[in-house]
Parts: sequence; structure tokens; C-alpha cells
Amino acid sequence: MTSNTLVLGAVAYDAKVVPIWDGFIAWFARRGFAFDYVLYSNYERQVEAHLRGDFHVAWNSPLAWIETVRLARKRGRAAQAIAMRDTDCDLTSVVLVREDSPVKALADLRGKRIGVGAGDSPQATLIPLLAFADADVSVEVVRHDVLVGKHGDHIGGERDAVKALLAGTVDAACVIDGNRLAFAREGLGPTRVVHVTGAYDHCNMTVLDDAPPEVTRFRGLLLAMSYEDPEVRPLLDMEGLKAWKPGRTTGYALLERACDRFGTLDSWLAIR
Amino acid sequence: MMTVDLEDLGLDEGGHLLVKRALASASRVLVRGHSAALAVDLPAWCRSQGHGVEPVANGFAVTRSPHDRWSGAERAGGVDDVVARPPARWGLAARGALVEAGAPELDLPLANKADVWADEAARLYAQASAAQWDPATAVPWDAPIENPAEVEDAVVQVMTYLIENETAALLVPARFLGRLHPHFREVMQLLAIQTADEARHIEVFTRRARLRRDVLGLSTAGGQASLGTLFDEPDFAIASFLLSVLGEGSFLSLLWFLRDHAPDACTREVARLAAQDEARHVAFGLAHLQRHVGEDPTLRGRLAAAIERRHGALQSTAGLNAEVFDALVLLAAGDWTPAALRRGHVAVVALVGEMDRGRRQRLGRLGFDADAAGTLSALHTRNFM
Repeated sequence: MTSNTLVLGAVAYDAKVVPIWDGFIAWFARRGFAFDYVLYSNYERQVEAHLRGDFHVAWNSPLAWIETVRLARKRGRAAQAIAMRDTDCDLTSVVLVREDSPVKALADLRGKRIGVGAGDSPQATLIPLLAFADADVSVEVVRHDVLVGKHGDHIGGERDAVKALLAGTVDAACVIDGNRLAFAREGLGPTRVVHVTGAYDHCNMTVLDDAPPEVTRFRGLLLAMSYEDPEVRPLLDMEGLKAWKPGRTTGYALLERACDRFGTLDSWLAIR
Repeated sequence: MMTVDLEDLGLDEGGHLLVKRALASASRVLVRGHSAALAVDLPAWCRSQGHGVEPVANGFAVTRSPHDRWSGAERAGGVDDVVARPPARWGLAARGALVEAGAPELDLPLANKADVWADEAARLYAQASAAQWDPATAVPWDAPIENPAEVEDAVVQVMTYLIENETAALLVPARFLGRLHPHFREVMQLLAIQTADEARHIEVFTRRARLRRDVLGLSTAGGQASLGTLFDEPDFAIASFLLSVLGEGSFLSLLWFLRDHAPDACTREVARLAAQDEARHVAFGLAHLQRHVGEDPTLRGRLAAAIERRHGALQSTAGLNAEVFDALVLLAAGDWTPAALRRGHVAVVALVGEMDRGRRQRLGRLGFDADAAGTLSALHTRNFM
């Protein structure tokens, strides 16, 4: 690794993370760009390391983005989202019930058991529970904590929530919109949508105000990646995108509000 | 704008197929329907596929993704168009398939048509498929066996020898099969069915040996050394020449000999059935080598050198084990009377002569003149295979 190698931090939410970033190293190297990565077991450790300057650019979950913004602000610093996947934009989460359920709307779930994903999952817990809170519908939350610290990147928590729904141990389940179709293909259904949240954005490439100049080239190379390129296509397939887009920060308002409403980050932020 | 009406079909029920079908012929499609979750599922599906989507007055306007997985894809030849040198990147794809760019390059060193191809491969494969026989029913396992004890021992010894040789005949093509480019589909299929033939031969020879005995016969170091030179041969053409043209060719004579001289119906039948398969193996070996020699006449010199090299490597070994030779004499004799033994001996000597004639004839078909064929045939392993 040369002294001007750009280093990325990412969370190891799945074994495929290693071939993805190893593949990116090779792809960047063929374009004369020195790149490397470090993996963390959870986003909180990654965010702290980023603020400490251990690496240059973070591949952040939406919650890690907010953690970075708030921790940076607390320290008089600033964060910027430089890129995101096309599939990170305009997601929604859905509240599902069994097809034969009498439930027609959120209000019908008052006092019922609601299956959610991991406690720190924006898409399967925080944003859907904000919908219940906004509607003033109090419920019993049943968490499916698969790999906490990975912010729901692992699909297991959502799958467990839907399994619990179909098994009748919860009355509703909260998942990201696309997973309803994915679970249907696995035979986890039928389910019926009783609520759709507002749209929100997901992951982004985050840099801080001391990012090195190499970040500009890194971003340019990301945005130039083409799905038609057979070398990079398998990596894009694994990472779940067709194209990188410029980063935007307009899609995090719902999650910001959920964090404020539930005090999700308060204790974490207080001691940092 | 083309319109697709999903009616009440959800995307979680296969509705995406109608959308995909429409997008194949139009870059912008109006999708409408009254499935309850359409407004959730369609945008989520479009996002995962890279398609644009926006709600419009009477449904959703879907714009085809600009990202094309099939850009740069290439046809792996044609279904009936075998190319001279298929690239490794075509890998396991069916011949004639459209192959996505970026497929991994598999290690398939046998990728030169001139080295492996025979126009007869498809016909021989079809013939082999049609001629598969069931060991359970094709052999008269219950036919009476009234061989004297030593004659039965001789049968068991010959079966033991056949099993060992057929094991080599299975493993040699199997090793090349794993290195052959699957573009040469008919050759791949033929080698596969050839190994299946040998597996069946091993089964019936083993079963015949055990009809009256619990233990098998002898296996000699010299016999294994002879087969080992086949097993270790890395060149497909040379291995095919030594195994199919010379070895299995000689074996064909041996199996016919057993068909004609074995003392019981069961042994005669397993030999007949195996011979019918071996004839195909020899035919393929001859066919692709004739083609190969036609394209590269220098191959003939390499084949001759291979026989000489193998002869040199086996010079210090005993050749055919004496027990096999004696067992063949006794088996053909059928009893211990001097007259019968003389008859058996004459038959085995005739067999050796017949093997030599067959080898010279096949060498002639590969373009060796009579003198060279005679010399080379004489250098063939004394172990027959």
C-alpha cells in the first residue's frame, strides 16, 4: 500500500463483503488507483474509527450516516455523502399482515404484536415504528435481532419477522419493500400490505472534511463504473446496484425523525 | 406507449413476466393493474432491475433500464457449428448458447478440434445409447455352470484380469473427459458413455467371477506396470492410440475368443456383450486418429515413437502373467486331457496371432505401411491391453 492509497471502511455484514472489496481493489488497480479497505464488525466502531481518521471513506448504512453527521457536528466537523447506489434511492418500508387477517390499517394493529427486524435496522424497525408512533398507535414490538450492529444489512431479521407473521406469533411484520417480493419467491407468503412508509434513502459513501484529494478520483471512478463492463458487473451484482449515483442527503429525514423520536442515538452520542 | 394490463395479477405472483415481456419490445411501457400491492411491488421490482418508474394518471410509466447484461455477449459457436479452437471463456455453456461476457475461464486444455474431433462421434454416441444393456437381465446368470474346479478357477483368473484392464479403460478416458472442452459435445458424450460401458463391464466380470468363488485371482506387478503407462500418458492422441486402437483392439480379439471358447453360457455372454461395446471404443479411437493424422501427418511419427517408448519402459517386466495365459489355455480346453489342452493351446496361440493381425490392420488404416505396422504391432505390450 502506497502512502496515497485511499482506504475505505466497510462493515462485514456477510462473507461476500470480502470478494466484493477485493474485486474493487483489483478493478481500481487496473486503472492505476491505489485502493484498500478495512472491515468492521459493526457500524458504531466504524463511525468512531472514521472520526479518528483510521480510513478515508466509509461505506455507511443510513443510520451510520446519521451517526457520523451527529458525531462530526458534536466535534465541530462536517460529513458529506459523495456517492450512493441507484438502488439506495427512494425506498419504502411496508407493514405486512397475513392475507386472511381482518386488519385493514395501522390503527387496527393497536395493542397487537408487531414483528420488526434488528433493533438498529432503519428499514425494518426504526422507520416503520415511526409510522406507528406518528399514527399514535401503540403496539407490542417483537424484535428479531439478527446481527445487531450491522443496522439490518443482514436480511435474516426481516425474514424471521415474516416467518413469525406466517406462524401466527405476531400480527404484523415490517420489511423493506423489495423484500416482500424476495420472500414471496422463497415461498414466505402470501402477505398483504396494510401500510407503506414515506420514501427514504439507504447507504452512502461518506467522507469527512479532512478527506484526501484521492477521494475525487475515487468518486469519479465509481460513477464511471458501467454495468456493461464484464469485469465490474459481478461486483455490482453482489453489491446490488446497476450504477453509482452522486450522493444526496435529502432522503434521510424520516430516519432522522425516528432517531429523535425514539432517542436511538442519545446514549451512544452522549459518551462520545 | 405500449400498455400492459396485469389485471389482478401481483408481481409476487409472476406479474413481472408480463412487464419484462413488454420492455423487451418497447423502451417505455404503461403498466396498470389492480393487485393490492402493485404500488409497492412495481417500484421495488423496477429499482432492483434498474428500470425507471413513475406513477401516472392510470398506472405506472416504466422506462427500460439502460444497463444491459448482454452487451458484449457472444455465441459459443452454433448448435451444429463446431469451431476449431473454442475459447476457455465459453466454459460449460451449451454449444450455440449466448454467453455473457466475463464468465470465468475454465481450465480445459483439450480445446483443439484437430486433437479430439471425429465426425463419427455423434453417430457412435447414438449407437452406444441405443445399445446400452442391463446387466441384471442381459446375462443368463442362472444358466448352469458345471465347470471342473480348475476350469472354474481359470475363468475367475481371466475375469480378475479383465476387471483390472477394464478399470484402466474406464479411468483413462475419464481423466481426459475432465479436461475436454465441452464445446466438443459429441466427443464428451461418447467418452462419458465409454466410461459407463467400462463400469458395466467391471460389474458383470466381477459378478461372473463370484458366481462360484468368494475370492478373486491374481494381479501381477508387470500387468499393472503395463496399464500404468496408459494411465500416465498425458497426450490424448497417444493415450487414445495405445488404449483404443492397440489395447482395446487386442482386447476385442480376446473377448471374441471368450465368446467362442468359454466353458459356460454366462461367461460367453458377458464376453459377447462387452465385445460389442469395445468395438465402438475402437471405432472412435480409429476415427479421430485417422482425422488427426490427416490434418497433421507428423502425428504418425509420434504414435510410432510412443509404442517404442512404451516397449522400452516395459522391457524389464514380465508381460502377460503366466497365470492368465495358462488360464486361457485351460478355459479353452475345458478339461485336463492332453488332447483338450492341445486344443486349448492352439486356440490361445491363434488368439495371439489374431490380435497381431488386428493391430497391423488398424495401424494400416492410420497410414502405416505393412512393414512398419508389423514392426510396431510386435512391440505392443505382451499384456494385451
